[in-house]
Amino acid sequence: MIKIKNLHKSYKMGASSLHVLKGINFEVEEGELVAIMGSSGSGKSTLLNILGMLDGLDKGEYILDEVPIKDLNETKAAKYRNKFLGFVFQSFNLINYKSALENVSLPLYYQGIPRKERQILALDYLDRVGLKAWSTHLPSELSGGQKQRVAIARAMASRPKVLLADEPTGALDTKTSYEVMDLIQKINEEGKTILVVTHEPDIAQMCKRIVQLKDGIIIEDKKIDQVLASEYVQ
Amino acid sequence: MFNRDRWREIFETIGKNKLRTFLSGFTVALGIFIFIILFGLGNGLKNTFQEFFLDDASNAIFLYPGRTSMPYKGFKAKRRIEFENEDLEDIKRNFSMFTEYITPRISRSALTSYKNESNTYTTRAIAPGHQFVEKTILMKGRYINQMDLDKKTKSAVIGRLVAKDLFKSEDPIGKYVNLGSAVFKVVGVFQDDGGDNEERYIYIPYTTRQLMEKGNDKIDQIIVTFPKELGHAGALAFENSLKKYFKDKKSIDPRDPNGIYIQNITDDLKQSQQFAVVLQLIVSFVGLGTLIAGIIGISNIMVFVVKERTKELGIRKALGATPRSVIQMILQESVFITAISGYAGLFLGILVLKNIGLTLEEYFIKNPFIDFGTAFMATVVLIIFGAIAGYIPAKRASSIKPIVALRDE
Repeated sequence: MIKIKNLHKSYKMGASSLHVLKGINFEVEEGELVAIMGSSGSGKSTLLNILGMLDGLDKGEYILDEVPIKDLNETKAAKYRNKFLGFVFQSFNLINYKSALENVSLPLYYQGIPRKERQILALDYLDRVGLKAWSTHLPSELSGGQKQRVAIARAMASRPKVLLADEPTGALDTKTSYEVMDLIQKINEEGKTILVVTHEPDIAQMCKRIVQLKDGIIIEDKKIDQVLASEYVQ
Repeated sequence: MFNRDRWREIFETIGKNKLRTFLSGFTVALGIFIFIILFGLGNGLKNTFQEFFLDDASNAIFLYPGRTSMPYKGFKAKRRIEFENEDLEDIKRNFSMFTEYITPRISRSALTSYKNESNTYTTRAIAPGHQFVEKTILMKGRYINQMDLDKKTKSAVIGRLVAKDLFKSEDPIGKYVNLGSAVFKVVGVFQDDGGDNEERYIYIPYTTRQLMEKGNDKIDQIIVTFPKELGHAGALAFENSLKKYFKDKKSIDPRDPNGIYIQNITDDLKQSQQFAVVLQLIVSFVGLGTLIAGIIGISNIMVFVVKERTKELGIRKALGATPRSVIQMILQESVFITAISGYAGLFLGILVLKNIGLTLEEYFIKNPFIDFGTAFMATVVLIIFGAIAGYIPAKRASSIKPIVALRDE
């Protein structure tokens, strides 16, 4: 599903430049649930941003679902993002003046799906994350866990190939974190490829594979026995 | 542009961001409103000015006979030139294209009395066209008419102050006054914006005057008005051909500067009209200034709006919005708001101007107005600049990488 070869990325910091990713080689098969771990500054978020086409790469190759991702202008990147990727952010990034339902239907709007159909689909996804009853509520009327579930529903609504989650539990308490991870695991069980950036070991243990990053290179890449979040959720 | 779904998205955004919508709408409406009010008041000032200084017809040419200073065609110098009734007919015949009204004027001073009151006034013997030359306003009765001329009636139209002096509170219409040696019937009372002196004249038919002066056909002056469409240059050309015609007719040396005098009021008026132009410039400058202030206002709002929405735009882009669709959304929204509120300001401004009317007359502002074309153009300009002001930050926001836009503060 994802193939990365010799990926480099550096940021210019005034006169000097900061080399963040120093040659990453990494592949993800369809249906995997991968945790990308590392301490702060290890380059894990940068890697996710490049995978999500939110940021460009300096050197190397990136192939997503057999499509080489290169020479992206913003318009092309927007179309790929809409077609291939769903995002879940640490700070939810819901549009605060739109209701839960409208937030979920936004990627469908950009796919050009008619309004009626959009609303049916969006309501269906809200139902799947257990928030059908909250569809008319604004983000400000939802709890953190509910917001993240709306964000997950929104990421799923466009039926992406890959779901990218950047610290999805970073702003949540433990109990809510496990609920969110339970949801992510269930989506993964349906066959969706998911990458989760986290620095919390317990969250990483709930994935099927852990990739450890340190100073811009992968120092460890192992398959693990998944801990089911549902064990912690009543 | 006419994508129903996109409009719905925009209406939702507008409806759910009321403060933002109100701010940008209010700025535009206020800008247009103030522009229209100031421009209109400026025009009101111009109206007052025109009334003050342009009381006589601005399209009149005065012809005075003089005394020749050069011998010509066997005539000696220092010959007195005189106008006769026949000259009026000649002008009518030869310059019919260029003349609107034509009137002679024979001025005489006479002791005028009614009952015990008497005073000396200037009597002007004229034809009906004179009313348009002086822009005389009738208060009561009628002006001298063609029948008066034909029948050589002893009718008089007296100025407001003549009526006040002689008749006090009595109604002068139908009363008889002694004008020198003759008795005239008052048929009308007039007023004139040109000041008190203008209201101390008495007008009588010129044919009657000629009859009283032993039945001659002499005329002191001839006044001709021409259609305003001639313009300044056309008026000068008309004046020259009149001069040439009369010098030829009265056998005056073409080089003789004296024989005949022609005064073209357009010359005098040019100066006061230049003042009016300066006034117009000031009005336009004030209008332009207001418009620029409005443009700056809407630009600020647009920059603020886009800044405020940076994160939202980042989210939209992460979800698949293309830069083009982001720009389109912002522009469509801003043009929609500015157009609606711009026209609200436009109509409100025009409504207020209409209601001012004469209420500010004592502040020298009379009938303020703005022509709809100018107001419409100003609104369109503001909308266009609002769109440009929105486009620049929108363009920048749309090209920011979503990762930058989404970065937590």
